[in-house]
Amino acid sequence: MSFELGMMAAAGETGGSFWMPPEISTSAAGVDWIFYFIFWISLFFFLLIVGLMTYFVVRYRRPKGVEAEGAPSHNMVLEVTWSVIPLILVIVIFYLGFKGFMDLFTSPQNAYEVLVTGQKWKWLFQYPNGYVDENLHVPVDVPVRLVMSSEDVIHSLYIPAFRVKRDVVPGRYTKAWFQATQAGDYQIFCAEYCGKSHSDMLAKVVVEKPGDFEKWLEKASNFLDTMPPAEAGARLYKTRGCAQCHSIDGTSGIGPTFKGVFGETVVMVGGAKVAVDENYLRESINEPQVRVVAGYQPVMPTFKGRLKDKEITAIIEYIKSLER
Amino acid sequence: MASGDMAASGAGVEDNYLTHSHGFKSWFFTLDHKRIGLMYLVSILTAFFLGGVFALLVRTELLTPGKTIMDAETYNRMFTLHGAAMIFLFIIPGIPAALGNFVLPIMLGAKDVAFPRLNLFSYHLYVAGAIFALASIAMGGVDTGWTFYTPYSTTTNSHVIAMTLGAFILGFSSIFTGLNFIVTIHKLRPAGMTWFKMPLFLWALYGTAIIQVLATPVLGITLLLLIVERALGVGIFDPALGGDPVLYQHFFWFYSHPAVYIMILPGMGIISELVSVFSRKHIFGYKFIAYSSIAIAVLGFLVWGHHMFTSGQSAMMNMIFSALTFSVAIPSAIKVFNWLATMYKGAIHLDTPMLYALSFIFLFGIGGLTGLFLGALAVDVHLHDTYFIVAHFHYTMMGGTVIAFLGGLHYWWPKMFGRMYNETLGRIACLIIFVGFNTTFFTQFIMGSHGMPRRYYNYVPQFTPYHRLSTWGSYLMAVGFFLMAGYLLHSLFRGRKAPVNPWGSATLEWQTSSPPPHDNFPEAPAVGDPYDFSNLEYDPSLPGYRRRGGPKA
Ligand code: HEC
Ligand SMILES: [Cu+2]
Ligand SMILES: [Cu+2]
Repeated sequence: MSFELGMMAAAGETGGSFWMPPEISTSAAGVDWIFYFIFWISLFFFLLIVGLMTYFVVRYRRPKGVEAEGAPSHNMVLEVTWSVIPLILVIVIFYLGFKGFMDLFTSPQNAYEVLVTGQKWKWLFQYPNGYVDENLHVPVDVPVRLVMSSEDVIHSLYIPAFRVKRDVVPGRYTKAWFQATQAGDYQIFCAEYCGKSHSDMLAKVVVEKPGDFEKWLEKASNFLDTMPPAEAGARLYKTRGCAQCHSIDGTSGIGPTFKGVFGETVVMVGGAKVAVDENYLRESINEPQVRVVAGYQPVMPTFKGRLKDKEITAIIEYIKSLER
Repeated sequence: MASGDMAASGAGVEDNYLTHSHGFKSWFFTLDHKRIGLMYLVSILTAFFLGGVFALLVRTELLTPGKTIMDAETYNRMFTLHGAAMIFLFIIPGIPAALGNFVLPIMLGAKDVAFPRLNLFSYHLYVAGAIFALASIAMGGVDTGWTFYTPYSTTTNSHVIAMTLGAFILGFSSIFTGLNFIVTIHKLRPAGMTWFKMPLFLWALYGTAIIQVLATPVLGITLLLLIVERALGVGIFDPALGGDPVLYQHFFWFYSHPAVYIMILPGMGIISELVSVFSRKHIFGYKFIAYSSIAIAVLGFLVWGHHMFTSGQSAMMNMIFSALTFSVAIPSAIKVFNWLATMYKGAIHLDTPMLYALSFIFLFGIGGLTGLFLGALAVDVHLHDTYFIVAHFHYTMMGGTVIAFLGGLHYWWPKMFGRMYNETLGRIACLIIFVGFNTTFFTQFIMGSHGMPRRYYNYVPQFTPYHRLSTWGSYLMAVGFFLMAGYLLHSLFRGRKAPVNPWGSATLEWQTSSPPPHDNFPEAPAVGDPYDFSNLEYDPSLPGYRRRGGPKA
């Protein structure tokens, strides 16, 4: 037991208090202040209640057969007092909570906007230049607004270090904002249960130092030029939605798996056999309905015009790299 | 009276409701509220056992991040079944249908509830609902969480329809019980028992019944709409079909928030009885407690939106729901202070039921106070859907309702079965459960406020020590429950015969023999103030209480 307790102290994140994780956003300190305000009031009342209870038990414990000395069974002044004092306190707490909430709710006009998509079971963050990443990179000390929507069921974007949480709902947009105060990596969770891999629907917020953010975005956006094509293709596979329908582990989903498909001979609807080479892959991505793999529905959207040539080449290289 | 005292001394084997008739049919088709109550008791305890096993499996899986004993899909089914069994099959029917059914008519000095056939029908509906729930488990279970949130619940391929149909039927069982209790309390009070001479447990059951009757139909409609969407593809909640997923949440919580008061109000009623009896003192502030039950029942209808502070509903709605939520804190606080004032200058006896009452004040105190964090908008945004919530509602639902239920069970056990359980073991089990409970759930507050989300199969390693401690606590709790099951079952066969009034209570059920005869009372009981103990005196030879000047044992 003492081992566990020791571990607990050690396992705590760097910074943060007994109850709260480190405060990395401009709103965090305010939220924590309200939390601790309620905490001390609650502790006071809890100790009062349990203290009185214990005292009465010790003081008035009697053997069987001894009856109570008796005291009045009601007292208007007392009863009104202990109704009114809690009433005043909860009004104060309500007010603080509401004020703090409006802070969390109203984002500044000039905020940097990132589009967020939640889907089973990952997050995608799209930057103003169109680049999509699986982690959220943001500049420090700049207000950031997230405009979020879900592709499937309800998710909830939760960043404990920022005290930010907002449901991500299909068919509508929800918003959240924050201003990070310290560079570093922080955890993003999905907080609304969304099925099998709900607990693996994780991502990082990477808070970049001043100036680093722009550099990162530029470099990341040019990953086609800087990364080996197969690696770039792997990234596109995840960020452009292929992963939703195509697995890379051999299991068949809505579409066939990519594993080991290159060089194979595949049967089409209608019986034609096709050897999978670069040109076939390219056609399948640009015009999926032309030749449909037997055993699958023709549901793949066309990516013609949505993927640049260079991107298609990268994806093909990635598929080639997935040997059986 | 005389006949009751004779039974207590074991002078003659009398007809009682347990021995009145024999055979399966005499139970399963009985109209006797006591037998129906007992059948409910057996059923809900079975559900509690099942729900407990699911809970232990969930906790065991969480011993380590990643896989410990089961895969993610099994885990998701386990926590769903744990929640669904505990809520729909155990806690909601728990106190009203099991203990309430047994006690309510006797407390009124009546022969039965107003509509005995409806009462039996409620039980049969309960069994039917339970069968649907079990069928869905047998087919492979449900993985939506007990809240069945759309669009997840309309798109998952697990057995949602059977489970929701089960909950739908259980809802009607609950509505009919509520209706029955309302009419019974209005119509069958004996001469001399005015509203304000009613035991507070009855006030609590009355408040509960109002919620059952008014809120449960909304759950029924919601679940029906869900089934319609799932089965027929009509777009109500699923945006892919043109529906609104947040609408479901409004509907669901419009029932399910009041439902938490269906769970806690009767528990509070039990505590009011226990604190007064075991302090040997008139309950303090009777009217405040009675009114606060009704206030909670009414206000409980106006706060459902506090489950949706992060859903994207407007700031105005959030503000209103937050304010209303805080208003419910007041009547709850009033009750706690009144219980304490009742103990002041009492003659406190620490029998097992009283230990549960004290446990309740401690645990429900934490459960209630942590509600303040969640009512405060800015803080709730951080804590919502984390283990802080899990801990909070376990402190209120389990630390509150279940502990009160156990207190009530130990209090009325001698009346129900005519046997006393082993007092020492009773106290030890209570203590083990108390320690186990706090170990399990207090750790969850801390990991929750540090950001551990709920319903997580896998977790970041930072939370491992908390999860481990929590799991060990749950094992300790299980030990307490097994001990309890052991001595309670033992008491049925070997327990000392219970006297008429072992605790010295002034409510009417303690004027008839233990266990009561088929018709409850051989002659109409004497109605008086339910909290005036001055007419009772302790007789160590029973050991128990008898009326002053009544016949000696
Ligand atoms: C909505 C689901 C879906 C998405 C998203 C999707 N596909 Fe497909 N894909 C399919 C289906 C179904 C088939 C099989 C039927 C067919 O050939 O059209 C298929 C077939 C293919 C094939 C032919 C495979 C073979 O074994 O012959 C390739 C290559 C392919 N997709 C690439 C991609 C790439 C690259 C992406 C992402 C840019 C992508 N798909 C996105 C559903 C999808
Ligand atoms: Cu999710
Ligand atoms: Cu609620």
